[in-house]
Amino acid sequence: MKHRPPAIEAAVAADRVAAPPASRWRRLRRSDLWHDFTHSPLALLAVFVALVCVGGALFAPWLAPHDPFDLATLDLADSHLPPAWLADGRATYALGTDDQGRDILSALLYGARISLMVGLCSVALSVLVGVTTGLVAGFVGGVVDAALMRLCDVMLSFPTILIALLVDGVGRSLFPHARDVLAFAVLIFALSFTDWVRYARTVRGSTLVERRKEYVLAARLVGVSRGRLLRRHVLPNVLGPVLVLATIQVGQAIVAEATLSFLGVGVPPTNPSLGTLIRIGNDFLYAGEWWITVFPAATLVLIAMSVNLLGDWLRDALNPRLR
Amino acid sequence: MVWEDGGGNPSSYPMRPPDARSPEVRPGAGGRDSRVFSATMLPFILRRLAQAVLVLLVVGMGAFSLFQYVGDPVSNMVGQDATLAQRERLRGELGLDRPAPVQFARFVGHALGGDFGVSLRQGREVSVLIAERLPATLELSVVAAALALALGIPLGVYAALRRRHWDAKLTMAVSLLGVSLPTFLIGIVLIEIFSVLLGWFPSFGRGTTVQLGGWTSGLLTADGWRHIALPALTLAVYQLALVMRLVRAEMLEALRSDYVKFARARGLPDRVVHFGHALRNTLVPVLTITGLQLGGLIAFSVITETVFAWPGMGSLFIQAVQFPDVPVMAAYLCLVALVFVVINLAVDLLYAVVDPRLRAHAVPGEGRR
Repeated sequence: MKHRPPAIEAAVAADRVAAPPASRWRRLRRSDLWHDFTHSPLALLAVFVALVCVGGALFAPWLAPHDPFDLATLDLADSHLPPAWLADGRATYALGTDDQGRDILSALLYGARISLMVGLCSVALSVLVGVTTGLVAGFVGGVVDAALMRLCDVMLSFPTILIALLVDGVGRSLFPHARDVLAFAVLIFALSFTDWVRYARTVRGSTLVERRKEYVLAARLVGVSRGRLLRRHVLPNVLGPVLVLATIQVGQAIVAEATLSFLGVGVPPTNPSLGTLIRIGNDFLYAGEWWITVFPAATLVLIAMSVNLLGDWLRDALNPRLR
Repeated sequence: MVWEDGGGNPSSYPMRPPDARSPEVRPGAGGRDSRVFSATMLPFILRRLAQAVLVLLVVGMGAFSLFQYVGDPVSNMVGQDATLAQRERLRGELGLDRPAPVQFARFVGHALGGDFGVSLRQGREVSVLIAERLPATLELSVVAAALALALGIPLGVYAALRRRHWDAKLTMAVSLLGVSLPTFLIGIVLIEIFSVLLGWFPSFGRGTTVQLGGWTSGLLTADGWRHIALPALTLAVYQLALVMRLVRAEMLEALRSDYVKFARARGLPDRVVHFGHALRNTLVPVLTITGLQLGGLIAFSVITETVFAWPGMGSLFIQAVQFPDVPVMAAYLCLVALVFVVINLAVDLLYAVVDPRLRAHAVPGEGRR
């Protein structure tokens, strides 16, 4: 803990705002980052929007007026209804219904839940693999480092979405009768397949700098083992850029998942994400039933924008050169 | 796909060539030097070529393993009631009973000749299918790239020169939207506005095409241009925002540099300083990244082509993924890898040609990582 620069300390603390020990909370309140944050209307707005979306997704089963997965409650007579404020709308379906009579608002809340889950899981997987690889490559050096970085070069030169499509396609043909959990696992794996490279490169760069520092030498001299040295001493010092990157990548992963689902190869159709909802609605756009597409699309853009804004702000706030 | 460091960091450029230490190339011997590929460049070129071949081999192995593990070609070819002996004989005839390295060598041999077998879904030669679809994708990508450059560079320069004014800030905010919006949503919005509401442009297909030898072109008819407008714009939006933000960042960097200060001190007019000095030095990274993004355009065309029912390679690929149609997937994978490797190689070599510092004297601390 001692080795963290204050900004990173604060950032890490901000990450744990849910249950902070009192002293850390006070330290956070006094940090530069907190001051910047509370004085940046854009960052506050972004966090507010993101929190509303996450909250809505998290509590979907309690917030949603209907259960879109319960076929028993669906009534085809209620299909194609416009939002409540339009002439034919009904108050029970605030944002209208789709072709199967599903309530758009409920489908939206559940869809955001799936989108967020896939996005967060794939970023978590990428961070785990990428940070580990980067630490090892930067610290061990030599042939291992050279080989890993060559691999990264190759992977970075291919666009994420293309690789994800391909991995997902292969995964589907390997397990043609994949049940839901497996289908999600394949999707998350496909999204992380190239993304871990970014973390690996970033962490490797910082590790190269850190390992020459005196605290590493000191820790070695007192006989700290390699694994512990990496985990407890080097790791906390290289996490700053990872935090920024991960924030931005959550937005990217959500958009990538939506794209795959829109193309019809993402989440299984029984669990529609925002992308699936947009794809369904796209067929009715020409018929003038805009609400089936527009609301999920707006939610997706809102989430992606707020996360991107937050990432941008965090990058500037943690960059000492811009202070 | 966003450059995480805003594009200003040299580490995001492709690998640079080692600094040539040839005594006959003096520092500052400019781009018009005929000894562009000096003798010391040769090892660099050879190494990059070897790397390119290696990458292609690795991708080829990936494609080959698709055939190995996804589906059984024999059961695709014979009927339900074929006996085990018949299957074994066919297996022998196809060479599927030989060791994997031998099969891989055969696969590479066929792939070099452009032979990827027959599509499982359409029952036609994969190479013919791809050759039919290639012109549509290439025309779309090139038009989109031209659009992104033609709009992105001026907008970026404008945003950099007027960075404290509200209009430049607004442009930046809009460009953030352009980077955040998913490609398929941009396509849907454009269709909704320009096809459904206004009825100006058609929303699917290539329109009237002209046959030029083996190449079907949509760029020779007015109808073709009307059809390409929306897909090309959709594909260009992300690149446009990226180019703009990159040009702005590089321009701001250049405007702070010593040579611009010096140019101002010499009393040169703003126009000369901005365009003759600052912009010129900005263009190298911009062209590099645009070059690399050309591959990205081909990748994103998968989405655009699906939204606009554009009959290109991307929609062929997505159909193959949904089916799954292994030969088409493998061929597309190899083709895209080839395009990427060639682009990367070309950009690396051009980099050495354009930037004399990379050929001339050694810069301490720079060079290969």
